[in-house]
Amino acid sequence: MTRVLLTGNGAAAWGARLANVDYVPVFPITPQTEIIETIARWIGDNEMDARLVTLESEHSMITAAGSAAATGVRVFSATSSQGLLYAMEMLYTVAGWRAPFVLVNVSRGLSAPITLEPDHNDILAARDSGFLQIHCSTCQEVLDSMLIAYRLAEDERVRLPVIVNLDGFYLSFTREPVELPEADSVRDYVGGYHTDTTLFRATSPASQGVAVLGGGPYSYFRYELHLAARNALTVYDELASLFAERFGREHPAIDTYQTADAEIVFVMMGSFATKARAAVDRLRDAGWRVGLVRPRLLRPFPHGQLRRILDGKQGVAVIDQNLSMGFGGVLHSELASALYGQTGAPKILVSFVAGLGGRDIADEEFFEMAAVTKQAVQKNEIPPPRLLYTESELREVRKLQAVAHVEREEIDKTRDENARGSQ
Amino acid sequence: MSGASTAQKPLSEAKVTVYRRMKDLPSTHLLGGGTAMCAGCGGLEALHEVYDVIGANSIFVNAAGCMTLLSVYPFTPFRGSWLYTAMASAPAGAQGVRDALDILLEKKRMTAQEDMDVVVLTGDGSAYGMGLSSTSGAIERGLDFLYLCYDNEGYGNTGQQYSGATPHGARTATSKGAHGFTGYKKDLFSIWAAHKPVYVATVIGAEPLDLARKIEKAKALKGPRLIIALAPCPTGWDYDPIHTVEVGKLAVKTGVWPLKEYADGRIVHTKVPHERAPVEDYLKLQGRFRHLFDPQRDEALLAEIQARVDAYWAGVSE
Repeated sequence: MTRVLLTGNGAAAWGARLANVDYVPVFPITPQTEIIETIARWIGDNEMDARLVTLESEHSMITAAGSAAATGVRVFSATSSQGLLYAMEMLYTVAGWRAPFVLVNVSRGLSAPITLEPDHNDILAARDSGFLQIHCSTCQEVLDSMLIAYRLAEDERVRLPVIVNLDGFYLSFTREPVELPEADSVRDYVGGYHTDTTLFRATSPASQGVAVLGGGPYSYFRYELHLAARNALTVYDELASLFAERFGREHPAIDTYQTADAEIVFVMMGSFATKARAAVDRLRDAGWRVGLVRPRLLRPFPHGQLRRILDGKQGVAVIDQNLSMGFGGVLHSELASALYGQTGAPKILVSFVAGLGGRDIADEEFFEMAAVTKQAVQKNEIPPPRLLYTESELREVRKLQAVAHVEREEIDKTRDENARGSQ
Repeated sequence: MSGASTAQKPLSEAKVTVYRRMKDLPSTHLLGGGTAMCAGCGGLEALHEVYDVIGANSIFVNAAGCMTLLSVYPFTPFRGSWLYTAMASAPAGAQGVRDALDILLEKKRMTAQEDMDVVVLTGDGSAYGMGLSSTSGAIERGLDFLYLCYDNEGYGNTGQQYSGATPHGARTATSKGAHGFTGYKKDLFSIWAAHKPVYVATVIGAEPLDLARKIEKAKALKGPRLIIALAPCPTGWDYDPIHTVEVGKLAVKTGVWPLKEYADGRIVHTKVPHERAPVEDYLKLQGRFRHLFDPQRDEALLAEIQARVDAYWAGVSE
């Protein structure tokens, strides 16, 4: 075992290398590109026995990834944001083929306005596609999750592609110490690519992705996909336990911090949850009984485990780093559906939206969210959802708008003068 | 493009070994019958002929179109494999399959006996439009695959709306005006050939010997090989299915559909109609051009269509 400093992108590349992938269809996009550049360099230097092909779009990239996996090789690919959305049709399609492979998504806010910094609207757009989703908060977790993800994807009870998600910039470009497991022990854990599925061969022809007529067969295959995704809950727990046994690191479906005696709990995903974790320490220093629940597995959604962890809690502050336009936070609604009507479920579930496009969440905001939630518990009344924004942020935007207005007036003035001049 | 023609013997002539005369063509087809294609489908006619040459050691990677309905669970007319992708990315599907097969061969995880010809099968809607980017990418990467486009000159599976392949003047579900489609058929052959792939050819099911020779040649080559089959379409072009072969033969005789191939940087016409029949002979068989003749002849449009065909052949030297 070697301990090295790696970015989240570097950890993702190591995950693909250690998992012995055969095929890497790629397309560059910020902030993911470092992953494919790293793998391309290793292949060029004969440090990795794989084939890398640059497709002309992410739509084609996912098509090639799925068709190669369906032909019997281990596949890795990576994208971000607009790329994930450009590939959306094929995410649904290759999941329907039950083609097992691992895709890393480096989260980045969606256009418009176009930006480079992270939030989770990109990955949540893929929520219903049939890809399983593992959300990471550290570079070590990225590497470890990829190894678990390959086994999960290829398990005969699952046979579905998996997305491992990490946040752009905050994780993709942040160096952290990462333990690199020995190649042999990873090979032993991940194993060879399973071949007992539908594969295309000359002597055993197969048809894949064929049309069906009517809702009966269609529903059958869609239900099968859903049930396979639900199977992944049990399979994930088995694989995470085995991983902990072999490598000494725990990666449960839901990560919890200081929840045992907590009255108020933050629920958050991804790297920004490390900010919540730090805030929990400071709130506890100030005498608050707070904790943090961080779902790593979003698909399949771990309803049962969430119910157990939140059983008896007074209030929950769900911090969504995403925004479903005209609705609100996605994780909040998912959690509400898991808890509704359950005995012992917390009565107070408060929705906060924060961290869009990489917007920071300050310590005092975590304090405020805890206070709002506590107040809601005392009043036994759920406040309306909050979109976090500060007066100073608004002032900065007003300044930008003022500049834009001045420039616009100047353009208008020049145009009017020219018009008068030409009369 | 036509200026590139030369008097040299087509490469296909040298390599053809099996199909010298009509009687050399197989008398029974490999592709199963009873599919959902329309009676008289010119695309299916071409596919039958192509499949007889390609054989069952193949995987057909399909894009959304009429022929997506060839394989409806749990049936398929193919003896080999089939993969339906989506409308835009069948060539990328072929890329993934081909790369995976190569990797398996290289790493000795599969025997050479299990290898297959990878064939993309799409209509003109995908080939001329949505799928053009992924086709361009596959050619530039030198993908070893065969691409068969059945071109019925419109989005046939959705009721024949005009596409990038629709000819000037044709009436479609979205060009019902007095003069039909105002655009011009895109020159996909030249677009493909501009990429300098190993092989590009036009074929038609009504000329099975020319088709078989070209597919035989394409099968023997390695790299991107692309075929456009004009696919007379009784439902979309509005004629009786009994006339499919006749419409196809007239497309060639009138010079509307030049049979040609591109290889080694040269374009060669494989069947030159020396005494070209007037384009009217081809147009008047089809309901989609009825407005050119009825209630009165649209002389201007007929002359324009004829002039375009004449101009094309004027540029072809033999």
